[in-house]
Amino acid sequence: MSLISTETEAMHRQDRGAKKPIRLFRNLNAKVAALPMIFTALVIFIGCTLWTIYHSFTKSRLLPAPEKWVGLDQYERLWSTRRWLVSIENLVIYGACTLVLSLVIGFTLAALLDRKIRGENIFRTIILYPFALSFIVTGLVWQWILNPEFGIQSIVQSLGWERFAFDPLNNGQIVIYGILIAGIWQGSGFIMVIMLAGLRGIDQEIWKAARVDGIPAWKTYIFIVIPMMKPVFITALVMIASGIIKVYDLVVAQTSGGPGIASEVPAKYVIEKMFEAQNLGQGFAASTMMLVSVLVVLIPYIYLQLGGSRRG
Amino acid sequence: MVDLPMEPSGPKPRVRLSRANIMLYGILLLVSLYYLLPLYVMVVTSLKGMPEIRMGHLFSPPMEVTFEPWVKAWSEACTGINCDGLSRGFWNSVRILIPSVLVSIGVASVSGYALTNWRFKGSETFFTILIFGAFIPYQVMIYPIVILLREAGDLVTPIAQSANPALELLGLEPFGKVRIMGSLSGLVFVHTIFGMPILTLLFRNYFASLPDELFKAARVDGAGFWGIYFRIMVPMSLPIFVVAIILQVTGIWNDFLFGVIYTKPEIYPMTVQLNNIVNSVQGVKEYNVNMAATLLTGLVPLIIYFASGKLFVRGIAAGAVKG
Amino acid sequence: MTSVSIRNLDLNFGAINVLKNLNLEIEQGEFLVLLGASGCGKSTLLNCIAGLLDISAGQIHISGRNVTWAEPSERGIGMVFQSYALYPQMTVEGNLSFGLKNQKMARAEIQERVARAAKILQIEPLLKRKPAALSGGQRQRVAIGRALVRDVDVFLFDEPLSNLDAKLRTDLRVELKRLHQQLGNTMIYVTHDQVEAMTLADRIAIMKDGIVQQLDSPEEIYLKPCNKYVADFIGSPAMNLFKGEIVTGDTPGFVANGINTGLAGYGFERPVTGGAAWMGIRPEHILLGQACEGATVQTEALVDIVEPMGSDTLLWVHSAGQQMRVRTEGQSKIKSGDRIKLGFNAAQAHLFDATSEMRL
Ligand SMILES: Nc1ncnc2c1ncn2[C@@H]1O[C@H](COP(=O)(O)OP(=O)(O)O)[C@@H](O)[C@H]1O
Ligand SMILES: [Mg+2]
Repeated sequence: MSLISTETEAMHRQDRGAKKPIRLFRNLNAKVAALPMIFTALVIFIGCTLWTIYHSFTKSRLLPAPEKWVGLDQYERLWSTRRWLVSIENLVIYGACTLVLSLVIGFTLAALLDRKIRGENIFRTIILYPFALSFIVTGLVWQWILNPEFGIQSIVQSLGWERFAFDPLNNGQIVIYGILIAGIWQGSGFIMVIMLAGLRGIDQEIWKAARVDGIPAWKTYIFIVIPMMKPVFITALVMIASGIIKVYDLVVAQTSGGPGIASEVPAKYVIEKMFEAQNLGQGFAASTMMLVSVLVVLIPYIYLQLGGSRRG
Repeated sequence: MVDLPMEPSGPKPRVRLSRANIMLYGILLLVSLYYLLPLYVMVVTSLKGMPEIRMGHLFSPPMEVTFEPWVKAWSEACTGINCDGLSRGFWNSVRILIPSVLVSIGVASVSGYALTNWRFKGSETFFTILIFGAFIPYQVMIYPIVILLREAGDLVTPIAQSANPALELLGLEPFGKVRIMGSLSGLVFVHTIFGMPILTLLFRNYFASLPDELFKAARVDGAGFWGIYFRIMVPMSLPIFVVAIILQVTGIWNDFLFGVIYTKPEIYPMTVQLNNIVNSVQGVKEYNVNMAATLLTGLVPLIIYFASGKLFVRGIAAGAVKG
Repeated sequence: MTSVSIRNLDLNFGAINVLKNLNLEIEQGEFLVLLGASGCGKSTLLNCIAGLLDISAGQIHISGRNVTWAEPSERGIGMVFQSYALYPQMTVEGNLSFGLKNQKMARAEIQERVARAAKILQIEPLLKRKPAALSGGQRQRVAIGRALVRDVDVFLFDEPLSNLDAKLRTDLRVELKRLHQQLGNTMIYVTHDQVEAMTLADRIAIMKDGIVQQLDSPEEIYLKPCNKYVADFIGSPAMNLFKGEIVTGDTPGFVANGINTGLAGYGFERPVTGGAAWMGIRPEHILLGQACEGATVQTEALVDIVEPMGSDTLLWVHSAGQQMRVRTEGQSKIKSGDRIKLGFNAAQAHLFDATSEMRL
């Protein structure tokens, strides 16, 4: 290569080094690569959510009708619809029970598995496998197990308890508990795994210290370990809560909302209003209410998190 | 029993099965039974004939094993529309699964990488929105996305049709109206979008755990954005890619909601078809066929679960540490 | 000729000002060591020179080019990291050639350069291995090789020996010095280890809180620390420091604990003024027993603790309410509880102003 060309090249390089690049174009590749993420965050999560909230104040039916502003009409209608009220009641019962049961069962099982037992892997595999299955599969299996003619009820009856009755899927009063059994079966293993990870994260020295001090295991759990696992419990709580609000496929598969409307849930209400009843406005209002209920759980959580990190 | 007082010496004698241990294992066995029961019921029911089901009870093992229900579930069972069994749904699910898994993981891993190593102004804000977005109920965003997909189809149509003269010359079929809503590509898009928060978080956390100096060394060595991603990051991150694949394959295979809403009957995924078969109101209920179909649908995630073991646990545990 | 020139460099992480108006001129072929306590901004400065951090203000010139905004690979630098940062999935050869491949260099030339670097660093037998199969010392050689193959003007080292055990560290230190003599490149070397700094450096820049305190040859820094911080930082065990007052009279003196040290033999850097001050004396400059006949200060002390270290012995003594460290010969007969005579010469002492802490 000739001397001159290397020199101009050097000058060229010098120019590049000395010139301050335009900010927007620095590391352009990274910005281009992040576009899908930016799109998802801005257009889908923020944009679509705001769109739905806006249209929940309109009288959209088959098509979105942004010009037909009706204020809170849709919400008033929503809260005077029996089906919605049943849905909310179901969600509250299902949610409260799922929360308590998942946490109690999950923690208890994790504590049992944490006792340095043989075959821990096998037990864990067995308890967790339902989590790999879809809600549709879960719902259908339990529909079959709870079948009054062939399922648990008939078995207990054939064992001599002629008057035994357990037919949740055809009894509007208790149908939600039938769904609860299936939901717990599917999801509790997952909470157990989170809890187990939390237990494993606890300093083993704590156990040694408790042993030296002669504190029984159950007391150590309740007074020392559980308070130390507060962040794990909060994580589990948020996970369970965000799962509860999404309950949809399980109900569709297990009961289709029946008998009658006894096992309806908000998520199902929304989908049906939007895609079957051609009452978009109602669907938007109902889904906005779902969002509100998530915020009710999430905002204290964020507050706690922020407060915690500020203190830390 | 011995007159000499025995002083403690040597290893402490082990009580093989103390009372507490019997309790512990007893409880765990009972619990295991509860969790295993549905699987057992599915298997035995699917291997019985209908007469046997009507006579016997739920838990009795089949007296006469028959694979008829499986065959029927796979190739003959009826949904409301057609009677060619679950096989159609299975192949639809496979067709949905492969591109969705590839695209969602590709996009999320690159995003996670950009967030870790190439931060730019606002990148953390977008990420925060993304993570909180994961908590927004799908129902809130479902309808506007339907509109987006429709509009996207309209937008793409003229572009695709501009190739029509050339296609006609070549004797190929010209493009009609391009529909993204109700098509495979629309569903892939939706899976990519909704998989993004958790996957991006997964990859971001993993990349952040890699030593920063490695990235710096590669930059000094003159590798750029894509060079570092493909030559340094990806080869170092195979375990996390496996975790992500497990997470996505199970998640997408088990999806029902998006399948119902964003596809049409010919390309319904397996879960939707399963539900249509079992809960279809016409005809006599064939419980054995239903259970065979249910088991068939659950088979793919179950195989993944049992084959991947610890990695599956790692995947969901990673998913659990959101926020 | 100047090799690296840093002009008015500022670097902020958000609101935190890590480097403050920093200026540094490094000569072609010089071995410059950046020395300072952990967290003082050494790595940050090195990353700025390498282009791995965007600076907030100022300029960086390398080999006469303004590279303030240039990409790291365009700056003509090679960098060696504390954690080695070898690409784990590539062989040693792959690690060495990665940068050259990115430059789209011809195959034959890459091979030639890799072979040459491997020969210099004596890692030829390792070329086909993966980093995981190497020892710490071998890994660091490969990391140096990665900078070597690129044929750059300036080498940057960020605590390259800190992850090695003591013996290897000494060996590799000598090798680095040999390498520098052989190649004659400019080297900028970050460390918090003063032995490394003293042995390797042509010049040492002592940093504190993002500011260069003193930039001088190791000898000058040892003999004439420019302020109390540098005096305290350099030397192990650290210098004894006493607080007192300078009195000006016919002959100036330093008064502490009622003892007046005559300062006639002290080489003042500036006109003497009275006032509060610190006096420092290095443990190895304290004379014992017979030796302190004729020293400026002579006193008695009680030995508290004796630490024999083989090559020398460290005494912890106190005298007139003052704790002092004294270094003496290897096989000393002194025991704890002994009363000893000690003294020192004003010429070997250091004086610092009490408020500005600058050398007097
Ligand atoms: N990415 C960063 N963000 C914020 N502060 C940083 C960052 N990197 C380093 N710092 C801070 O800058 C200071 C100097 O760091 P560094 O240059 O790594 O010190 P050292 O001299 O030990 O190499 C430290 O106080 C450190 O906490
Ligand atoms: Mg450092």
